[in-house]
Amino acid sequence: MAVATRERLAVADSAHVEQTRRRAATRHRLGRVGLYLAAIGASLAAALPFVWGTITAFKEDADLYNSENNPFVFNLDPTTEHVSFLFSDTGFLTFAGNTLWVGLVVCALTLAVSLPAAYSLARLNMPWASALGIAIFFVYLVPPTLLFISITRVVAILGLQDSTWSLVAIYPTITIPVSVWLLIGFFKAVPRDLEEQAMVDGYSRLAAFLRIVIPLALPGIVAVVVFAFTLTAHEFIYALAFISPSDAKTISIGVPTELIRGDVFFWQSLQAAAILVAVPIAFAFTLLLERFITGFTMGAVKG
Amino acid sequence: MTPLQGRTSKLADREGFLAPLFLLPAVIYIIALVAFPLVLAIAFAFSDVTVGNPSFDWVGFDNFQAIFDDPVFWRSLRNTVIFTVISMLLVIVLAKALAMILIADFRGKWIVRFLVLLPWTTPIALSAVAWLWMLDSVYSPIDWVLRSLGFIESNVYWLGKDTLAMASVIAVHTWRIVPLAAVIILAGLISIPDDIKDAAKIDGAGFWRTLFEITLPLTLPVIAVATLFGAVLTFTDMGVVYILTRGGPENATQVLPSYAFLKGIGSGDLAQGAAIAVFLFPLMLAAAVAILRSVRKMETF
Repeated sequence: MAVATRERLAVADSAHVEQTRRRAATRHRLGRVGLYLAAIGASLAAALPFVWGTITAFKEDADLYNSENNPFVFNLDPTTEHVSFLFSDTGFLTFAGNTLWVGLVVCALTLAVSLPAAYSLARLNMPWASALGIAIFFVYLVPPTLLFISITRVVAILGLQDSTWSLVAIYPTITIPVSVWLLIGFFKAVPRDLEEQAMVDGYSRLAAFLRIVIPLALPGIVAVVVFAFTLTAHEFIYALAFISPSDAKTISIGVPTELIRGDVFFWQSLQAAAILVAVPIAFAFTLLLERFITGFTMGAVKG
Repeated sequence: MTPLQGRTSKLADREGFLAPLFLLPAVIYIIALVAFPLVLAIAFAFSDVTVGNPSFDWVGFDNFQAIFDDPVFWRSLRNTVIFTVISMLLVIVLAKALAMILIADFRGKWIVRFLVLLPWTTPIALSAVAWLWMLDSVYSPIDWVLRSLGFIESNVYWLGKDTLAMASVIAVHTWRIVPLAAVIILAGLISIPDDIKDAAKIDGAGFWRTLFEITLPLTLPVIAVATLFGAVLTFTDMGVVYILTRGGPENATQVLPSYAFLKGIGSGDLAQGAAIAVFLFPLMLAAAVAILRSVRKMETF
C-alpha cells in the first residue's frame, strides 16, 4: 500500500517535472520570438527614415513628386543623377573634408590637454583634486546656447570668424571637460605598482606617465576620440553662428544650407548626403561599441 | 649625467611641479573660452549691445523686463519644459527596452546594432532633414500609408498644426536620443556581476521579476545619470526644432535655445538673446547639482 503510493507519487512527480520542463521550454521559445520581434521592430523604427531616404535618393523627379505613387518602390527607373549632383554641383566633398580636418585637430587638441590634466587630478598629489575634477566636469554643463552669443564676439575679436579655425578653437571647450572626467576613471584603474616599478627602474614620473600609463589607458583614449569626433560631426549651433562662406562649412551646416535654397529642397541629394554620412559613422561606431561601453563603464561608473 | 639632465629629471619627478603644470593647459583653455564668454554673456544680458551697434552700455534689467513682457518668451519656456519632460520620459522607457535587446545574444546582432545606432550617429542636421522629408506636407510616406489604408482622407500636415508639430519634434528628438541612452544603460547592465544574474536564474526568477528586483535597482544610478545628462542636453538643444519647424507654426514649437538664437543671431539683438540664454542658467544649475549628487552616489560603489 505504502509502496504503491510512493510509486504513484514518483510517477506524478516525474510528470510534473516533465510538465515544468516543457513549460520552461515554451517560455524560452516565446522569449526568443519576442526578442526577435522586438529587435526587428527597433531596427525598423530606427532605420525607417534612412531606408526611405535611400529609395528617395535614386528616384526621378516625376516619380518622387507624384503623391499617388507608392513612395516605397520605384515607379520609374532609378537614376543616379541626384547623387552625382551632390558631388558635382555642391561642396559636399569640401564639407566632408572640413569635418574630417576639424575633427582630427579637435581630437588631437583634446587629448593633448586632457591626458595630462586627468593624470594630474587622478594620480599626482594635487591639492583640491576631486573638487577641481568636479569643477571641470561642471564646465560641460554650461550649454552652448548660453555661450554662443558671447563666443561669437570672442571669435570676432580673435579674427577667426568664417574660418574652420573658429571651430577648432571652440569645440575643445566641450570635449575637454568630458574627456578629463572620463580619463580620470581610466588612470585610477591603472595599478599604482606598475608606475612605481617603472620609476624604480629609472623612469622619471613624466616618462612613466608617457610610456606606461598612457598605453594602458588606450580604451579611454578611444572613447575620447569617438566622443570628440562625433561632436565635431554633429555640432550645429556654433557652426551656424560662426561660419558663412561655403568653403569653410562642415557637413552639418553645409548640407542643409546648400541643398535647401529658399523654398527649393533638393530632396534626393539631401537624402543621399544623409546616407553617405550616416552609414560610415554608424559602421565605425558598431565596431567600436564594445570598446566604448568598456570605456564608459570604467570612466563613469568607477570614476 | 650632466647637471642639466639631473635637474630636468628631478623636475620631471617632482609632483608639486608636475601636477599644476599638467593641469595648466586645461585650466587656461576653460578660463579663456568658457569662463570669460560666460561672464561676457551675463554682461551682455544687462547691456544694449546689438550686431549693428556693438558699443557696451549698461541698461540694468531692461532686457529681462522686455523678455518677461514678451508672450513668446513664456510660450518658449513652457514648450522647453514640455519638450524636455515628455521626451525624457519616453527616452527612459524606450532606452531601457533597447538596452535589453542589445545585451541579448542572438543571430544578426551586429546588423541590429548597426541599424539602431543610426539615429544617434547621424549628425542631427542631416537626420532632421531626413525626418523633414518623412513628415512632408504632400509627399509624406506616413500619410501615403494612412491614406492607402483608408484611415485619413487628406494629408495630416504633421508640422503645420500646433500640437502635431510639437509631437513630431518630441518624437524625432526621442528617436535620436534613445540609442545613446540605451548604450549608457547597456554599460550599466554589463557591469552587473554574472553571479547575481545566475543566482536569480537558479531561484527561478522570471523575466519581469528579474527586471524589477535585480536589473532595475542595480542600474538605477546609471539610468539616473543618463537621464539627467539627456535632460540637460534636451533642455539646451535646438537642432531638431531649428531644422524641422524653425519654432513654428506661430511659435508653437519655439524653445528657449531656438528663441535665443533667433533674437541674438537672427535679428542681431545680442543683448536680448543673451538675456534669454542667461535665464536658462539657474535652471541648468539645479540640474547640474542633481547630476553631481548621483555621480557622488555612484562613486560609493
